[in-house]
Amino acid sequence: MLEVKNLKLFYGDNEALHGINLEFKDKQITALIGPSGCGKSTLLRTLNRMHDDNQNVRIEGLVSLDGKDIYQKDTDLLDLRKNVGMVFQQPIAFPMSVYNNVAYGLQVAGIKDKAALDAAVEKSLKQAALWDEVKDMLDKSGLSLSGGQQQRLCIARALAVEPEILLLDEPTSALDPISANKVEETLVSLKGKYTMVAVTHNMQQAARISDWTAFMMNGDLVEYGKTKEMFISPKEQRTDDYLNGRFG
Amino acid sequence: MREIFNDEQKKLRGRFMEMGIDASEQIYLATKSFLDKDVKLAQEVVDRDSLVNEEELVLEKQALKIIALHQPLAAEFRSVITVLKASSDVERIADHAVHIARETLILDDLRHELKTLDEVDEILANVTAAVRKMLEDVLDAYVKGDEQKAYEVANADLDIDRAYATAQKIVISEMKDNPKGIEYGSHYLTTVRLLERIGDHIVNLAEWIVYSATGHLVELNPGKADRRQIDKAAKENTKKTKQQAPKTEDK
Repeated sequence: MLEVKNLKLFYGDNEALHGINLEFKDKQITALIGPSGCGKSTLLRTLNRMHDDNQNVRIEGLVSLDGKDIYQKDTDLLDLRKNVGMVFQQPIAFPMSVYNNVAYGLQVAGIKDKAALDAAVEKSLKQAALWDEVKDMLDKSGLSLSGGQQQRLCIARALAVEPEILLLDEPTSALDPISANKVEETLVSLKGKYTMVAVTHNMQQAARISDWTAFMMNGDLVEYGKTKEMFISPKEQRTDDYLNGRFG
Repeated sequence: MREIFNDEQKKLRGRFMEMGIDASEQIYLATKSFLDKDVKLAQEVVDRDSLVNEEELVLEKQALKIIALHQPLAAEFRSVITVLKASSDVERIADHAVHIARETLILDDLRHELKTLDEVDEILANVTAAVRKMLEDVLDAYVKGDEQKAYEVANADLDIDRAYATAQKIVISEMKDNPKGIEYGSHYLTTVRLLERIGDHIVNLAEWIVYSATGHLVELNPGKADRRQIDKAAKENTKKTKQQAPKTEDK
């Protein structure tokens, strides 16, 4: 269970998140939506300590994974990020073979058994709905794949280390509609296996793929609820206004 | 984009109101033709049928265009869907009015068969006024997004149902006493029934207005075949009206 309690984040003196409380539902997709600058990506990045390298950032409150505070000093960052994978807006394929792109995390973790690596690569590529397209070209460069394929390659890479959580920061905004659709289908197929949190500016995408939606504004969580309910009958007028593009 | 959408929405709402007003006019003229035995007026009502049909088509096209191009969500989605669904009911209401006018035309040949049913004529006049008031109220509730008023309109339909049951009894009794007038009486029964059905369609409109205002799909029009069911529905709807009242005040 991934949960944040009274989470505040400061960029210097500027409070960017004002005490967020949110429980991300296990093995389902939660969409984080809101206008630019509302804090949704900032919140997403607190979930696997992506702000750690920024000396200007200070965090208060709790981010807990399975009951453990991930900001405790003894947290192993490599373990955390293996357990909480992240997929970014721009697909970042490494300049190496498709196979090594997926096996990378496992190899870094010291796994050398070829059969184990083969099995993990195949399983991850299948889960990312990319296997059929690349099974005969595993030795080719990951960079030779299309944008949509590269994004699914990144998902496969994140899945190879068997995470519990998958964070997705606008995972399809750099893709054409067909590729975006493939990635969406992939994410939907991963429900039930992984807890996913996706930042998206695409309202229709949030409506299509997510089970839960959190609407943020100016660093506050305005409304959180089941996606189907929120997109038809939001409780807050601000949510209604945002969904219909009256601001943002 | 926002302004274009607002403009499209405004046009949609305006056209829906116009369609509702035209349907109300058709009800009035159709029943007037029936009560006054005015064949010429009845024919005018029949000829005007295509007007409301075309209005429905235009509304549907416009609503589908808004959904496809603007992909509204939340309250605006509900508002467009409400027009899309409610326009079908308004079209059915106008259809029923045309059927009443057709009854006038048929009745013209049978007038000699039954004495004038003054008591039923009075009920018909009253019911016509009542359903038009319901239709106007429901359109008003639509414009204002007034859920409470929509519930009140649904309640008003129960009086229509009672009047229908009363008129039905009188006509059947007359038909028993005067078997030669059975065919004539059957057209009276049809006309009363059509007005009752118009009331039901107005209740459907009220249901869509509740959906537009709250997102809840409700059933305000359970099958009311006999007086006991009408009374039961009256009780339940009164309860709903009372429950809804504070919510409306909050808004």
